[in-house]
Amino acid sequence: MYQTKYVRATDTDDAVTKLDYEGKLLAGGMTLIPTMKQRLANPKTLIDLADCGLEGIKDLGNILKIGAMTRHVDVETSEVVAEEIPALAVLASKIGDRQVRNRGTIGGSIANNDPSACYPSAVLALDATIHTNSRDIAAHDFFVGMFETALEEDEIITAVSFPKPSTAAYSKFPNPASRYAMVGVFVAKGDTVRVAVTGAGEDGVFRHEGLETALVRSFAPEAVEAVTVSSDELISDMHAAGDFRAHLVKEMTKRAVAACS
Amino acid sequence: MANVSFTFNGESISANVPDNTLLVDFIRETLGKTGTHVGCDTSQCGACVIHINSESIKSCTMLAVMANGQDVTSIEGVSIDDEMHPMQQAFHENHGLQCGFCTPGMVMTAIELVTNNPTVSEQEIREGLEGNICRCTGYHNIVKSIQAAAKVMVEK
Repeated sequence: MYQTKYVRATDTDDAVTKLDYEGKLLAGGMTLIPTMKQRLANPKTLIDLADCGLEGIKDLGNILKIGAMTRHVDVETSEVVAEEIPALAVLASKIGDRQVRNRGTIGGSIANNDPSACYPSAVLALDATIHTNSRDIAAHDFFVGMFETALEEDEIITAVSFPKPSTAAYSKFPNPASRYAMVGVFVAKGDTVRVAVTGAGEDGVFRHEGLETALVRSFAPEAVEAVTVSSDELISDMHAAGDFRAHLVKEMTKRAVAACS
Repeated sequence: MANVSFTFNGESISANVPDNTLLVDFIRETLGKTGTHVGCDTSQCGACVIHINSESIKSCTMLAVMANGQDVTSIEGVSIDDEMHPMQQAFHENHGLQCGFCTPGMVMTAIELVTNNPTVSEQEIREGLEGNICRCTGYHNIVKSIQAAAKVMVEK
């Protein structure tokens, strides 16, 4: 690992003043530190957000608001999440391994926007709002491309607000070694049906219009059968070819719909 | 340089190290406790698992300075009055190790698993060990050891 300077911010304003163009914000560090160990990242300064008071889960009636520094284990074991949006608890329980879940955070996962990360699919399918230190960003404006978000250089995620769906489920086909999603599908039904796919898209998480239209017409696993999922613009790598991923998108969607109560 | 101060196996420790020192290197090289292992360098194998505030974490994926003010426990800190922890005893009795390299991490993960869930099932144990790799592939006896230890830990 290259040399770096570690500092702790007391709040997000303090973090912004400490953050220059060669600095990086540190949440749980479950991606950033391995990346630094491989010398793929070389931040001159690491600004730890641990003391900024950004953790916690709040039930605000129609919305579940989750602080950016809330760890996966806290979402996985939260009674209020299990009660209000159980699919989110299921998703959190399937991220990485228990050591990753004991450190990794929702804000870190979303800010990184790994094309195979689980959380972006929930954020998109539940039509969540991402709160930052300067504004609110709608989910559909937030994920710009692979590892790319709408966040400005000095912008820090503070929380994510999830509107409660009438039903939702997440189905994931994990890579057997890394446990990242080879394909993960989050289906949410509320005022409409949203189907968000992670792990498969070359530009990261995306919604599938064909699947959504079919499921609005009939919210049943069989409704997925007739939908064509193209392998264009799907990731093709040593783990799975594009057409296999396209097949998995349908299969995971079916399973997610079947798991919706 | 960063000042690193935390409680380690029940004792207060403090040292100055470069900011980029990994917690596992701090434990092995600065504190001289080499029971915590480095197996993979890519945050996958779990040989470096320790506890921070009774939760299992990979000490190769944290800077030492990030642990400031926390309660850190390594494999050297789990024995009770010089007697092996029931989990260590169970690994010993059930041949829960072959080469032994992954064992410290396995034991630390297993203690957290059983402490959080005293009636942990075989399936839950296997899922709970997702972050620990045994290159000897000796998982069967590791699971057996944890099941045996769970019984003893419930009685105590």
